[in-house]
Amino acid sequence: MSAPPKIVQRTLWSDATRSFSKNRLAMTGLVIVCIFLLCAVFANLIAPQPYYKSNLADNLQGPSVHHLFGTDPVGRDLLSRIIYGIRTSLLVGFSVQIFAFAVGIPLGALAGLRGGWIDFAVTRLLEVMTAFPSFLFAIFLMTVLGNGLFNVILAIGITSWIDVARLTRGQIISLREREFIMAARSYGAKDGRIILRHLLPHALPPLIIMLAIGIPNAIFAEAGLSFLGVGINDPLPSLGKMVGDSLGYISQYWYMGVFPTVTIALAMLSFNFMGDGLRDALDPTMYNL
Amino acid sequence: MARYILGRLAGLLFTFLMVSIITFSVMHAVPGGPFDESKQPLPPAAKANIMRKYGLDRPLPEQYLRYMWAVVHFDFGIPFQSPTETVTKLIARVWPVTLSLAGMVILISYTLGLLMGILAAINQNTWIDQAVTGLSTLGIAVPNFVVGVWLILIFSVKLHWLPTGGWGNFRELILPVLVYSLSPMALVARYTRVNMLESLRADYVRTARAKGLGERTIIVRHILKNALIPLITVLGPQIPNIATGSIFIEAVFRVPGLGRYFYTSATNRDYPMIMATMLLAAFLWGITFLLSDILYTFVDPRVRLTGKKSQ
Repeated sequence: MSAPPKIVQRTLWSDATRSFSKNRLAMTGLVIVCIFLLCAVFANLIAPQPYYKSNLADNLQGPSVHHLFGTDPVGRDLLSRIIYGIRTSLLVGFSVQIFAFAVGIPLGALAGLRGGWIDFAVTRLLEVMTAFPSFLFAIFLMTVLGNGLFNVILAIGITSWIDVARLTRGQIISLREREFIMAARSYGAKDGRIILRHLLPHALPPLIIMLAIGIPNAIFAEAGLSFLGVGINDPLPSLGKMVGDSLGYISQYWYMGVFPTVTIALAMLSFNFMGDGLRDALDPTMYNL
Repeated sequence: MARYILGRLAGLLFTFLMVSIITFSVMHAVPGGPFDESKQPLPPAAKANIMRKYGLDRPLPEQYLRYMWAVVHFDFGIPFQSPTETVTKLIARVWPVTLSLAGMVILISYTLGLLMGILAAINQNTWIDQAVTGLSTLGIAVPNFVVGVWLILIFSVKLHWLPTGGWGNFRELILPVLVYSLSPMALVARYTRVNMLESLRADYVRTARAKGLGERTIIVRHILKNALIPLITVLGPQIPNIATGSIFIEAVFRVPGLGRYFYTSATNRDYPMIMATMLLAAFLWGITFLLSDILYTFVDPRVRLTGKKSQ
């Protein structure tokens, strides 16, 4: 007997991987994101100095062999602060998204699956939260809560779950009348099982796209809050705060403004390229956006 | 239609109430207030007098109801940071600064964005398309305070062509308007391009070609007209965002507008001013959203507004 012919299975995921790896911009984004991730995880190994170490005799020095990106007004090494700043950015970006998904998915799924008064309540809540000027609200919350890493995550997170909940709800409503759900119900599956095993896997691609877009949005919000002075607290570095601090020195000390801004731009662009690539790969209906 | 609009207005009113309740609760939920020892050292009797003057000594529900009662009569109270005028006067004084900035930004970004989107779609996959796509990704992804710092470094610090900030004469306007325009322009260009590309493939365009119409007529009369309709619901609600959200631009370029005042109100716990700004932003957003939905039905007769929710 001859060996059975090899069947190459083509799933959504294998197609998406192929399409993504062919997308040069998206792969560039992925590589830069990975570098940023490494910087964030191993900041204490990569950074030439601790982020808090200040040497007043060395303050406001331009880029040199000793300090590649120069030093700030209290003599801290800017390269080290940028590397730790990346850690802060990514920490906020990921934490906010974890929060958004942990709140948004159960709420949206419950509303979509149950309907009735739960759906009514959740929809009204979504309407109200959408009308909230979310960035103004975050600024206002920060002034009430006080500066700090945890509060930043809270202030950004509190409006971040809305889109996740709305998307999950919409996906579930469009899926819940399908036959495979009826089949699951007929053999007695409970809501939890139906959501986790049957509905979410189908709703996964758009949720992944939302995650990829949500992380840079949260990074942007953190940088913005810290830039305005209502974000991360001082010894801890934040890219946005470094940009804000540089404004007062900009006419004499250009490097203080250049390096943190370029880092923010690079982070935002690479996450966006990656997100766009994921969307192209996972959502064939949006091929040309 | 009238029923639908009434329903939407009721929804808007509910949202408005919720925004005010949430903002009010958060303001008062945390210990501390605008007249704390750390901010204004006062003898206890004087502090009690001030608290009484602003009604801060009353129970919270009563404070809220009194506030909302005043709001219904267009009285938004007195800003703590500038006690000689009312909140309405303060907003009337500083908002025009932001509005004139926003007006120029909307004019420039929407015109250029449309033009760029159309050009990119007509020349799909050429260098023009790639340049527009690249620029719009840049405009959407990179925060405007980052671009602001770059342009200050180039045009103010290096070339000495333009001032680093301020507000008043024409030269001080250029950089803030330019930086603030980038992101809406990018958004308009991106949506215009996508909608144009979709229209380009539509059957009625093939029909127009088959009739032998000229390319210019097809693009202007058939493609553009249909491609612009969906933009109403996307770009309409952007307008209030631009009109109230220039907080970064105002911080970078030291523009004395609404954004700056919101920021100082928040950091100084200026309750009346925070409430008024939040309510203003929520109200504008809701009204523009409703208006763009209504406008849509006039432009696209296939869409009918009914009492039933489509979602």
